[in-house]
Amino acid sequence: MADVTHEIAERIPINLVVNGVRRTLDLVPWTTLLDALRDHLALTGTKKGCDHGQCGACTVLVDGRRVNSCLTLAIMKDGAEITTVEGLASDGTLHPLQQAFIDHDAFQCGYCTSGQICSAAGLLAEGRAADADEIRELMSGNLCRCGAYPNIVAAIQQAMGRP
Amino acid sequence: MNNFQYSRAADVADAIRLLAANPGARLIAGGTNLIDLMKENVERPSRLIDISRLPLRKVEETADGGLRIGALVPNSDLAYHPLIEQRYPLLASAILAGASAQLRNMASVGGNLMQRTRCAYFYDTATPCNKRNPGTGCSALDGLNRNHAILGTSASCIATNPSDMSVALAALGALVHIARPSGERTIALTDFHRLPGDTPHVDVNLGAGEIIIAIELPPLGFAQNYSYLKIRDRLSYAFALVSVAAALELEGNAITQARIALGGVAHKPWRSLEAEAALRGQAATVDHFSHAADLLLAGATARAHNGFKIELARRAIVRTLTQAADATPQSQSHKKIA
Repeated sequence: MADVTHEIAERIPINLVVNGVRRTLDLVPWTTLLDALRDHLALTGTKKGCDHGQCGACTVLVDGRRVNSCLTLAIMKDGAEITTVEGLASDGTLHPLQQAFIDHDAFQCGYCTSGQICSAAGLLAEGRAADADEIRELMSGNLCRCGAYPNIVAAIQQAMGRP
Repeated sequence: MNNFQYSRAADVADAIRLLAANPGARLIAGGTNLIDLMKENVERPSRLIDISRLPLRKVEETADGGLRIGALVPNSDLAYHPLIEQRYPLLASAILAGASAQLRNMASVGGNLMQRTRCAYFYDTATPCNKRNPGTGCSALDGLNRNHAILGTSASCIATNPSDMSVALAALGALVHIARPSGERTIALTDFHRLPGDTPHVDVNLGAGEIIIAIELPPLGFAQNYSYLKIRDRLSYAFALVSVAAALELEGNAITQARIALGGVAHKPWRSLEAEAALRGQAATVDHFSHAADLLLAGATARAHNGFKIELARRAIVRTLTQAADATPQSQSHKKIA
């Protein structure tokens, strides 16, 4: 652990397009994308669960790909398009995944739900899951401690248009 | 997380220059392991050098029929790349056995090679750890060591390498291309990771100012007879207790080439040239696979809680070689073990 410095870093200006809206932020470099969304942009739909990339509650889409925002430095995503759970509905109409989670009662406490839905949106865009086993495997980065997994899988299957 | 400075490298030479000028700096690409370690105060870099925008994202065919994979290709893109799926399905399977879809979207190939052990004592800054603080001792030796190494251990460290991708790369005979201030060099993947010895704080043979720029796969991809079997405490999104990458070339039922690499059991992907040589020219039978397993596990030693890994590894080796010989590779989605 040589050469550790404790000088205060300068704030760095970055641009993000969050849910279609261009946002400019001045951030210290150690601000995660998760903290930037929640604490700087007041978008608290994205949840902080473990803060270590183990639970998936912080899942958002960066340039269309699902990532753990807790392990992403906001400054590294300067210029990126970010989609959070707040950006999925359009003109007051729920995203098909949001409607499917309601239809299938795919949550209990709800804390993991925005991460589950954003992750599922990434899953649908990837197009790699064709059956329930593949959904379970490719959603394994999203934990639900209430154990709503069967209904989560059913909701995703509905949104995929598969029985 | 400690305060740190941030630089965005303009090109590879710039990254090397920044590394040389900032001895406490670390490179960052996907960040999935480094940021986690920084949150735990295990890593305390004075500066992060962001290499994520460097043009190292190509998968290109080499003149000899192999592939050269840029160090910044995301793990998910590599696993689903058509040339990997067709020619090196063992590598695709191993990558998809690791982490989660989100982490695979973030993590780079080079970063995967650089990821550090998940030994709980390495993460716990309240405990001694020779890897984290050289000379302080190893808490795992007489601690909770169920997940720890059984091969190539030392009195200083019994940590394991957590990568699945590296296990497949070891079996496939991959090369690591490295840029450095004086040019480039190439090293075999099997020589890239180190055994702990009395310097467990040095995970890899990467010198100061050196950067991984590409991985190269030789032409032989073992696309017909391969399997990657990962045994873990839950069926997905967990590190391996034992994993096996097996690759065979067969003529009829006779083995002409065999590759076997183990994960979860050592400080690096574990191969035994002796075990592989013993299979050459033999029939693909359980008896011969068992003999190879014995050779691979020669010298395995257990601590208080990880003795089960030796028998687990023995059975997993035989099972994986059988899957490879039968051309029924382990599915990473449908978890029933054939």
